[in-house]
Amino acid sequence: MHYDCLIVGSGHGGAQAATSLRQHGFQGTIGVLSEDRDAPYERPPLSKDYLLGGKTFDRILIRPADFWASRNIDLLLGNKVIKVDASNMQVLCANGATVSYGHLVWAAGGRPRRISCPGHDLQGIHAVRTRSDVDRLVEDLARAERVVVVGGGYIGLEAAAALTKLGKTVTIVEALNRVLARVAAEPLSRFYEREHRDHGVEIRLETSVESFIGSDGRLTGVMLQDGAILPADIAIVGIGIVPCVEPLIAAGAAGNDGVDVDEFCRTSLPHVFAIGDCARVRSAHGLRIESVQNAHDQATAFAKTLCGELTPYRATPWFWSNQYDLRLQTVGLSAGFDGTLVRGDPNTRSFSIVYLREGAVIALDCINCVRDYVEGRLLVERGARIGAHILADSSIRLKSLVA
Amino acid sequence: MSNFTVISRNGQVVSVEGRAGISVMEHIRDAGVDELLALCGGCCSCASCHVYVDDDFQEHLPALTIDEDDLLDSSDHRRPQSRLSCQIRFTPELQGMIVTLAPED
Repeated sequence: MHYDCLIVGSGHGGAQAATSLRQHGFQGTIGVLSEDRDAPYERPPLSKDYLLGGKTFDRILIRPADFWASRNIDLLLGNKVIKVDASNMQVLCANGATVSYGHLVWAAGGRPRRISCPGHDLQGIHAVRTRSDVDRLVEDLARAERVVVVGGGYIGLEAAAALTKLGKTVTIVEALNRVLARVAAEPLSRFYEREHRDHGVEIRLETSVESFIGSDGRLTGVMLQDGAILPADIAIVGIGIVPCVEPLIAAGAAGNDGVDVDEFCRTSLPHVFAIGDCARVRSAHGLRIESVQNAHDQATAFAKTLCGELTPYRATPWFWSNQYDLRLQTVGLSAGFDGTLVRGDPNTRSFSIVYLREGAVIALDCINCVRDYVEGRLLVERGARIGAHILADSSIRLKSLVA
Repeated sequence: MSNFTVISRNGQVVSVEGRAGISVMEHIRDAGVDELLALCGGCCSCASCHVYVDDDFQEHLPALTIDEDDLLDSSDHRRPQSRLSCQIRFTPELQGMIVTLAPED
């Protein structure tokens, strides 16, 4: 089997890479090979609408079921690449097949990071990454009352919000001293902790899971480091992902915690690109960004480049998270900030946090404040330097501050 | 059967069968119009499902919310007919409506 462009992974990045190649006139054969057994679907609803049953699976398909064949894109589902042979330009799959390629696009994303403590393999311990993860979780939830969410990141918080809505008793366990510690400034963490507590969620900070306790192979509780035992029918582990890049790294691609790419999404291997959650952009910020926007925009930049329109990836990052009636929208990258200020009053549940580095605006987290999100983008893109007292004054429109 | 019409960026005209209660964004996506991105999946968090709705049907559309209004401001191509298609649920009154995809930002 041969594809002129073989895409490994069928998430937002892989799907968009295939779509965008056709949009930009790519005439060759395209195959999308994925461990997933379903046609490409949106991931963000998995921890929200889909988990709650508000949207059926066909409503979260990225494209309709007959789209792929209509664009002459082959979906090779339920299969996995186990070896990349870059010098012979071919991959070996778990089912024994060898597929050769003209160009390889690695969009395999990541798998949920697991806890290796005693009891980790009990029934009732879940992750939220794929449709089948969530289908299993939903099935299990029918007989569950008490849920422990391990990890206070976005996935954990969104799951907690959804489960609260379903009437479950939820406890969040976070190893650091605040939720969202890796991605946001303290005022945002404290705001979300307060919101979750107001919705009845218990939050345990600065402690981690010592072991999962079970009976007859099924989870009954979670023991924390301090010896406390939280009774639990279900645990959801949301402590980040491990990038699925082992075959690429084994083939000699540069990378550590992801695969290194340049601004054209090229890895160090010839004719091998990488996009999305597993790609670390060494040429720019040096980060590996896990977001729909990043996967999508890298896919588009790659497709244009392959079709002859050399396009460096320079999109302004954005992200969203919906919990309860709170809409968080982020623009820019807050990593490396050396100052923050709060714009508006968190008690009104509509405010923004502005992130600064060396006096320049680098990112905003906007909660129920779409206007700041839209107008703040201009400040981020220009690296605007504006006095803190002005930025913090929510009566002043951000767009009026753009020179 | 209620239908409405979608005009893609390259001028392709697609007739879509309306399903009450489903968003216009989902209709366009399901019709295979691949220029429509709808990156946030229809939760009014981005503006990548921006369309123009013809004047005759403006009165049958739900009122613009502040959030949608602000998101539309992020487009360089905003016009009086601009809407986010994820925020319009199809109703029988929208039969015959013409929806045109806004240019990419």
